[in-house]
Amino acid sequence: MSLAPVAQVTGRGVVVAGDDIDTDRIIPARYMRCITFDGLGEYLFRDVRQTPEGKSTNHPIDDPKNKGATILISGMNFGCGSSREHAPQAIARAGFKAVIAGGFAEIFFGNSTTLGLPCATAARKDLNALISLIQKDPTTFVKIDVEKLQVTAGPLSFPVTLKASAQQGLLSGRYDAIADLLANLPKVKELAGRIPSATAS
Amino acid sequence: MGKTLFQKVWDRHSVGILPDGSTQLFVGTHLIHEVTSPQAFGMLRDLDLKVAFPSRTFATVDHIVPTDQRTEPFRDSLADAMIKELRKNCSDFGVTFFDIPSGKQGIVHIVGPEQGITQPGTTIACGDSHTSTHGAFGAVAFGIGTSQVRDVLATQTMALSPLKVRKIEVRGKLGPGVYAKDIILHIIRTLGVNGGTGYAYEYCGSTIEGLSLEERMTICNMSIEGGARAGYVNPDEKTFEYLKGRPYSPKGKEWDVAVAEWKKVVSDADAVYDDVKIFEASEIRPTVTWGINPGQGIFIDEAIPSPEQLPEADRASAKEALEFMKFKAGEKLAGQKIQVAFFGSCTNARISDFLEASKFLKGRKVAPGIRAIAVPGSQGVSKICAEMGIDKIFREAGFDWREAGCSMCLGMNPDQLVGDEICASSSNRNFKGRQGSPTGRTLLMSPVMVVAAAVTGQVSDARLVFAKS
Repeated sequence: MSLAPVAQVTGRGVVVAGDDIDTDRIIPARYMRCITFDGLGEYLFRDVRQTPEGKSTNHPIDDPKNKGATILISGMNFGCGSSREHAPQAIARAGFKAVIAGGFAEIFFGNSTTLGLPCATAARKDLNALISLIQKDPTTFVKIDVEKLQVTAGPLSFPVTLKASAQQGLLSGRYDAIADLLANLPKVKELAGRIPSATAS
Repeated sequence: MGKTLFQKVWDRHSVGILPDGSTQLFVGTHLIHEVTSPQAFGMLRDLDLKVAFPSRTFATVDHIVPTDQRTEPFRDSLADAMIKELRKNCSDFGVTFFDIPSGKQGIVHIVGPEQGITQPGTTIACGDSHTSTHGAFGAVAFGIGTSQVRDVLATQTMALSPLKVRKIEVRGKLGPGVYAKDIILHIIRTLGVNGGTGYAYEYCGSTIEGLSLEERMTICNMSIEGGARAGYVNPDEKTFEYLKGRPYSPKGKEWDVAVAEWKKVVSDADAVYDDVKIFEASEIRPTVTWGINPGQGIFIDEAIPSPEQLPEADRASAKEALEFMKFKAGEKLAGQKIQVAFFGSCTNARISDFLEASKFLKGRKVAPGIRAIAVPGSQGVSKICAEMGIDKIFREAGFDWREAGCSMCLGMNPDQLVGDEICASSSNRNFKGRQGSPTGRTLLMSPVMVVAAAVTGQVSDARLVFAKS
């Protein structure tokens, strides 16, 4: 089951500033009371986009200047906390195609990659330059080259990092591992016989 | 050259290397719950797949389950739909479900060890980041996303890259009133909330060896709060003692074989670590968080730091935290009024947590106006607390004694903060909005410190409050 390769992502960016933005912030647990991921995009960053009374806080995502942005830009340790896949699902379902940040929490990174949502890590100075540029001119066209591991945006061009297996998976369209895992089921069954499991008496 | 427990377990469970360079890792035991599994079962149905090894998956209901109402249908129709969905999925795919009537329901990370399902030297996965808890038994345990839950259901394996291993040695004797929770909050504060990214943490040293299995679980539980996806303690006699005779533990001759195998997975004396950090237990004091991530903590007698005092990388987050928490740099947390006391969660809702706190709570009353709730981590914990009369001590003090579940740790059920209430909480996360109110404020601390805050109505040094008891 090969999926369409993700060799590059292009589009406009939106900055959600701050470090350590956790998955509870990305999607509060109250909005995970569901049995499918449908419609989760609506709850992306819900508690910071709306007051408890439901009024808009003019969050960057809702700013008309940023309408149509497909690349989310944030700070260090993005996606920390809960392992909820609801977080990258909400990001993807809200129309985002990639995230650029100063660093990612590991589980979030893996969950995002499986959905074909590249998470590119930029050095702090490059990230700050990108943030200033996008905040000044939200129409700037941003390009993430997954193969060359390079981001270009207006006059900026800087390298980013991506875990080798994630890069390989995105470029080959094998970022969702299920087909490769299933292919080895005979080998798995053989190994399972040697690994004891907890069984009820 | 010796190997760490992590490396031994990893090698033993490796099926092979996948085309993208990651490892296909066999999952010995898979735990599921109602929030992160329904979509995975949906994907299985879409792909026309079965659960490959149904006897290796165990389910329970914890995140959304109401703690004040146990008859169905639940008042919350979405919660009701979610539990019914899990029941149907377990029945359709042949998975053991510790449902409410079983008497074995509870927070998945408390149920696994309690039932003897969590065993040394195995790999464990669950769609919950606090799966690291199971590392207390010398298992290598990973929190995973829902697509990976699907992968494990369909193949009992997942794609993962190996982690580096950081040895965290804690040595010496803890002072009175200092608990496992303080150790882990101190480690996270020191190494940072992303300091563990890319690592598994191996907790060792005389302090860790001296802890009970339940205390070790508290420490491993919060590994993820330090960015480490897994954390573990090498199994020892205490581990075997804890597991002996539990429902899913090996029996008879199989027990001896298992213990011999478990002893082999312990890190070799000459194992090579990617990093080593050493902590002195005597330097750790009761710790409370003042901010919006679990690394923003101070000792109870310290003042809240000003952002300028902190390393540059932490300043922006500290400023944001002060603004959200409505605290001022230089203030102490001691004396800060609270409105809610929450005693529960996969971090601290085990028998030893309730027993220790009950010794101090006995004969005291929750301060007027404080909403105090105690939520046992499992029906098993609840039963033993009742047998020991612990529930009575909590009730008589004015705690609302509830049924087992995750409850106010993450506010997915009706147990939530209101407005900007301040909550003294024995849970694991103080993120903005974590406890169900977007403006609610969480102060993380040990269970005994939660009880001290509940009876005084303010953040208090339990060592002083309970000096005479």
